[in-house]
Amino acid sequence: MNAQSVAREGSAAPDPDPAPVSRRRLLAAAAALGGAAIAPGVTLVEIARAAKPGEPASSKVRWGLLIDANLCREGCKECVLACNRENGLEGGSRPVDVQWIRKVELKERSTGRKLGLPVMCQHCAEPPCVDVCPTGASFKRADGIVLVDRHTCIGCRYCMMACPYKARSFVHEPLTKQKPEVPRGKGCVESCTLCVHRIDRGERTTACAEACPTKAIVFGDLADPGSEISRRLREVESRQLRADLRLETGVRYSGL
Amino acid sequence: MASEILLPQHGERGFWLRLAMGLGVLAVGLAAAWTMEHEGHVVTGMGNEVVWGAPHVFAIFLIVAASGVLNIASMASVFRQAHYKPWARLSALLCFAMLAGGLMVLMLDLGRPERIVVAATHYNFMSMFAWNVFLYSGMFAATAVYLWMQLERRMNRHLKAVGIAVLVWRFLLTTGTGAIFAFLVARQAYASAVLPPLFIVLSLAWGMAVFVLVQSACGEPTEELAQRTKNLLGVLAALALYFTAVYHLTNLYFARQHEFERFILRDGGIYPLLFWGGYVALGSIAPMWLVWRRRATAVSLRLAAALTLLGAFAWLYVFIIGGQAFPLEIFPGFEASSSFRDGEVAHYAPSLPEVLLGIGGIAAAFVITQVGVQVLDILPSADD
Repeated sequence: MNAQSVAREGSAAPDPDPAPVSRRRLLAAAAALGGAAIAPGVTLVEIARAAKPGEPASSKVRWGLLIDANLCREGCKECVLACNRENGLEGGSRPVDVQWIRKVELKERSTGRKLGLPVMCQHCAEPPCVDVCPTGASFKRADGIVLVDRHTCIGCRYCMMACPYKARSFVHEPLTKQKPEVPRGKGCVESCTLCVHRIDRGERTTACAEACPTKAIVFGDLADPGSEISRRLREVESRQLRADLRLETGVRYSGL
Repeated sequence: MASEILLPQHGERGFWLRLAMGLGVLAVGLAAAWTMEHEGHVVTGMGNEVVWGAPHVFAIFLIVAASGVLNIASMASVFRQAHYKPWARLSALLCFAMLAGGLMVLMLDLGRPERIVVAATHYNFMSMFAWNVFLYSGMFAATAVYLWMQLERRMNRHLKAVGIAVLVWRFLLTTGTGAIFAFLVARQAYASAVLPPLFIVLSLAWGMAVFVLVQSACGEPTEELAQRTKNLLGVLAALALYFTAVYHLTNLYFARQHEFERFILRDGGIYPLLFWGGYVALGSIAPMWLVWRRRATAVSLRLAAALTLLGAFAWLYVFIIGGQAFPLEIFPGFEASSSFRDGEVAHYAPSLPEVLLGIGGIAAAFVITQVGVQVLDILPSADD
């Protein structure tokens, strides 16, 4: 079983080591105390809430992205290229090619205003893809990341019919040169994993956010009021795509 | 009554020939499915926009019509209409066969058909698809029991009770099939509460048309039965057209649906053509005219049934393919463009393998019907 399917919502295991104070915990506490002296409070809270590598996903966090359309440069596709590199995607643009993230260029009909922004899986709190999946292969982790279990996806594509964001792709051809940390397979549906392999390693950014030259993409914990993403969401007006559906997306947009 | 029925000549030689033909077409369909499985869905016309293509048109037709073809059996055992009784067994066998053909196509179109056991062992009860797995397998079981009750004289006394259960299950099954689409909140074409009842009515009309054609290949019905079948086909075609009109008229009332309706009814190229020409004119109005004109003959009834089936395929193509071809409206008020074809009408052309798989499903239903008719006491006999 791959790392993505380890921890489903509500299945977060209780602390496997209830020993009073292990050496590992003591060292972690010491590191946290040392860090507290030099790091800003925001970073401290994020470290404290983050799961350690190998630990189940926690419902105390809700990972998400804030995308500022005002900062997204016309013609720039660094986030798309970074996603393809990170996840071993081929990067084609035929109707049968997989695209986990795409740059959408928009023109407002009434005013002619132009803008661009990347669109990927919106990691909904109420994901229609999870509701419709007959086998439960589409699932939401406790930390809000929506994934596909490659072992139980039968390739019916009902989730693609249900997704309001056209965020999912079907693997139409045999695959080569896959990345070990990003399992994929012909005949299965897939989409943005919010770089879950990074998160499960303890890293705190996605490939797209890291690659964005203007820092238009901010990754963080929506459940943590002290995180940068929460702070920015308090300061600027933001929107959810298809907010009328009330899916409570984990990806938010400003400047739209 | 039995003396009025001209029994068919279904000799041994003819049976083997028909069976060989059916198996040949089925083998081609299975080879097409193997190609799709081996090469991937890249050999089909489907992509990341139109994710359900020709196989779904065939599969949904077979499943929906399978429910409707039981009209005859229900009329005989539930509503005690004696004219239908001699043909009730064929009606049940056809339901079983078409359901099997439809499910075969649906299953072989999966990206991972070898994982069908996963679908049978992992259920997400929030999913309409998962519920449909129960509805389809339940329909198989119910129809098998129904057929047994019909064939086994000692069990005839339970026929009405089983017939009622099967009738209820038929409505559940077509409600479930309609709900697969009705629950898709994301797409302009679907997410409508009228779809489940619309699917029920479509199933009644299409099933009736299938029965008329199969019956005509098996023998001549009585004049009385032919007259009733004719009227029923006309009424059901009219009802289906009415529900389809309601579906589009409700959409036309909502401003947010105007663009979609303009696409599907006027500007969408092949889709309006198939809708107005294929479904409305040839598939609905022409059959009604054929069965209700003064000098309607047995030939006009058959022609009406064939046109109804042509209309069924046109309806499903427009609904399933056209519904997906229309772009998702993710950014209302904006023109969108991207490498993933946001804002564009999706292009779809069915490829040979997927059409052959669909025809293979019809062949599977044909083979099952042939074998059933040959080995069981299916066709009207002197005892009826």
